[in-house]
Amino acid sequence: MFGFILRRLAVAIPTLLLLIVLSFLLMHAAPGGPFTQERALPPQIIANLNAKYGLDEPLWRQIINYVWGIVAHFDFGPSFVYPDRTVNQIIAAGFPVTLTYGGIAFVAAVLVGVSLGVSAAIRQNSWVDYLAVGTSIGAQVLPNFVMAPILVLVFTLWLGWLPGGGWGGPIYWIMPVVALSTSFMASIARITRSSMLEVLGSNHIRTARAKGLSESKVILRHALKPALLPVISYLGPAFVTMITGSVVVDMYFSTGGIGRSFVDSALNRDYAVMMGITILVGALTILFSLVVDVLYAWIDPKIRY
Amino acid sequence: MSLLQIRDLNVRFATTDGEVSAVNGINLDVARGETLGIVGESGSGKSQLAFSIMGLLARNGRATGSVRFDGAEILNAPAPLLNKIRAERIAMVFQDPMTSLNPYMRVSDQMAEVLMLHKGMGKAQAVAESARMLDAVKIPDAKGRIRLYPHEFSGGMRQRVMIAMALLCRPDLLIADEPTTALDVTVQAQIMELMADLQREFGMAMILITHDLGVVAGSCERVMVMYGGRIMERAPVDPIFADPAHPYTQGLLAAIPRVDQKGDQLSAIPGSPPNMTHPPAGCPFAPRCAYVMPVCGQTMPPLDAFAPGRERACYASLDVVRKGHAPQPDLPEPAAADLDEMQESAHDH
Repeated sequence: MFGFILRRLAVAIPTLLLLIVLSFLLMHAAPGGPFTQERALPPQIIANLNAKYGLDEPLWRQIINYVWGIVAHFDFGPSFVYPDRTVNQIIAAGFPVTLTYGGIAFVAAVLVGVSLGVSAAIRQNSWVDYLAVGTSIGAQVLPNFVMAPILVLVFTLWLGWLPGGGWGGPIYWIMPVVALSTSFMASIARITRSSMLEVLGSNHIRTARAKGLSESKVILRHALKPALLPVISYLGPAFVTMITGSVVVDMYFSTGGIGRSFVDSALNRDYAVMMGITILVGALTILFSLVVDVLYAWIDPKIRY
Repeated sequence: MSLLQIRDLNVRFATTDGEVSAVNGINLDVARGETLGIVGESGSGKSQLAFSIMGLLARNGRATGSVRFDGAEILNAPAPLLNKIRAERIAMVFQDPMTSLNPYMRVSDQMAEVLMLHKGMGKAQAVAESARMLDAVKIPDAKGRIRLYPHEFSGGMRQRVMIAMALLCRPDLLIADEPTTALDVTVQAQIMELMADLQREFGMAMILITHDLGVVAGSCERVMVMYGGRIMERAPVDPIFADPAHPYTQGLLAAIPRVDQKGDQLSAIPGSPPNMTHPPAGCPFAPRCAYVMPVCGQTMPPLDAFAPGRERACYASLDVVRKGHAPQPDLPEPAAADLDEMQESAHDH
């Protein structure tokens, strides 16, 4: 298992390199540039700016310089739009915020979703089941960009309980977490319910019951692990979707996470910031799929790498 | 008093096609130390009978009647009471050893939890005791193998693990539901021999559910033949084979291919088992029976004790049935078209 993790991390390096080269080329292929403005600047100024940021060099040179900066100094370069800020600073400011509400949302979606799914499954066709299924269908069809304004309307404008935006203590975390996690919670609940129902009908659960184990032990010790396998496979894609969701959250609640910087950098052609965040998200995705694979092997002894 | 006393047991399943009657009015007694074979083809209700004893019916199943174990009523008993009896006093070996063990747990954990639950043992002691039981079912290197997962065992070895797991608490009654069906023939013989040895050693009663008459002949004292959720015939093992008193039993015996007789046509009972969503009003075997009479389609014949220890449920007179049972059974062989027609009409119901 340890060797597997090392191998996967080693493969991550060329994957990231490929990601860097491809996004770099895509970005430069798009028309416009960081210094394109409505009022055209004199060509001499453009030339100077390009020289300053190294944009006058051939593309392959630029890529090598960029990668070298990261590898040698862990330096993702200066922002092209905000001259006083480096990409490292922008990420350092935004990422903890995204990580905080994103992490809480992720954990909450898994914990609440799984418990909801399990309780629906063990009381199949009861009011608990109908309530859980009904709620999750409702929650699943409510995208976060609809959810966010509704939350603000109800809890900020009508009830006045929660701040409508900004970032501070835990009270600021509530709405971003709810907006981001609800649809995932609903999907996880539905996946858990159906896989739990399937597991509960399997032969080895009957064996567990024949042992005289209490129902709670049957569920927790024998049924939960296999029932979680489909949930774990869902977590990989869910993680990526959640990152896009954080963009919406940042826009609505002005939380100041990297989602906002990501969108801004794309609109402003702020090459360095965009690359920095792309690499960060790419690295996280690779790391996360590794975690998913490790979890899989931990649950299912037949899976060995 | 018998160890297990079943009276008027009925098992019904609510399905989308309507109610399925899997078990209909079964009375049954099992004495301490006795081996009872329950024989019948797929869908005869024999497994559901076993599940209902232990309260293991699927969620849509309902059992009515009475099941007394050692004097206490256990049918539909509250879970805490059932959980004290399960594994501790009545244990079960299931049909498919490939899927009946938990694939996600080490064998040691699966076995030890039984002893920890019922005998209050600590983990280490429970694992050591479990390893001793694996040794008793002749699993080589039990101490080392107990740490493995089920998929690391062969089918026969897995069934040995199941048997060892069932015997951990030295139960008074072992219910074995087709314990050898999923195994190849040589392994079958080993498992049956093992179970017979262990049964003698532990002095427990056993209900052996099977569709394999060979298995029954080798290991049971009494045999109960089931069809359509009802008892067709019940007798000690020797008369069942030597002098079957029910047309269905005859048909089952005739269907066993024999190595000492030449022939390229396997004998089969014509037709197929009844659709239990709409069970026939009378005897469930009537549509396939060679001795069928008008009355058979109207009411179920009572289980009649016609000789000491021997019972049968059939309207046809014993002499007629016996005459039909010549050494070379001469059952009517319907043309293939007839057979199809019968099956189709069974579906139409």
